[in-house]
Amino acid sequence: MTEQITFAALAIILVGSALAVVLSKNLFHAVLWLALALTGTAGVFLLLDAEFLAAVQLLLYAGGIITIVVFAIVVTERLIGERLTQTNMRIGGGALISLVLLGFIVNVLRKSPLPAARPEMSVDLTRVLGELVLTRYVLPFELLAVLMLAGMLGAIYFARPED
Amino acid sequence: MGLEPYLFLSATVFCIGLFGVMTRRNTIGILLGIELMMNAVNINLVAFARYTAMAAGFVFTVFTICITVTEAALGLAIVILLFRVRRTVMADHLDLLKG
Repeated sequence: MTEQITFAALAIILVGSALAVVLSKNLFHAVLWLALALTGTAGVFLLLDAEFLAAVQLLLYAGGIITIVVFAIVVTERLIGERLTQTNMRIGGGALISLVLLGFIVNVLRKSPLPAARPEMSVDLTRVLGELVLTRYVLPFELLAVLMLAGMLGAIYFARPED
Repeated sequence: MGLEPYLFLSATVFCIGLFGVMTRRNTIGILLGIELMMNAVNINLVAFARYTAMAAGFVFTVFTICITVTEAALGLAIVILLFRVRRTVMADHLDLLKG
């Protein structure tokens, strides 16, 4: 019963803040709503017994991405010298396509057989994750490190000061 | 509680993100929509991994989170670069490749 109530609260926070992200007129407010949505997702991860992933979510997403986005907004706003407002275009068409897609997904989910209860997990998930990443998935893990390094180098190169 | 509510939640968030990507005119706003969509995918991955009790799904989620963060950093770097060249971040004005 507690699980249902927690899930309902998290779902309301998540859907509400997601709507605010795409509808808010002020770009800065949209980013703050996104921070709330990402934190809500971390809560969903906690509800799914994935404590490590919730921590990663908070550190990388809610910490990292929000900082980068706020930084980008501040830089572009300062250079323009005026407030960045943002408007939505073709709201009707966009809403129609999104709703049709949502209806399609819900329809498929209703027809497919899904597990009704979660199996017991006796092992410590963080421990298993660490072992898997350094044994079976060590090559993808290293490739991921190279990808992140290349991405960061590229980002620094793109955003270098003009000479 | 079954798997279904989690999948419905993630589908809803995904569609809201899609709506943002399609209707926002500011490039940074479009990136925020993409972040929402990626986030929905992560919820899906974790939910499926938990309900099938397969730890590989969680490992996969770590990968997607890291790749998403890299993508966001690069995307915003491109936005800043575009802004420097074109003095705008509105997607309508970024028609450099239009023939």
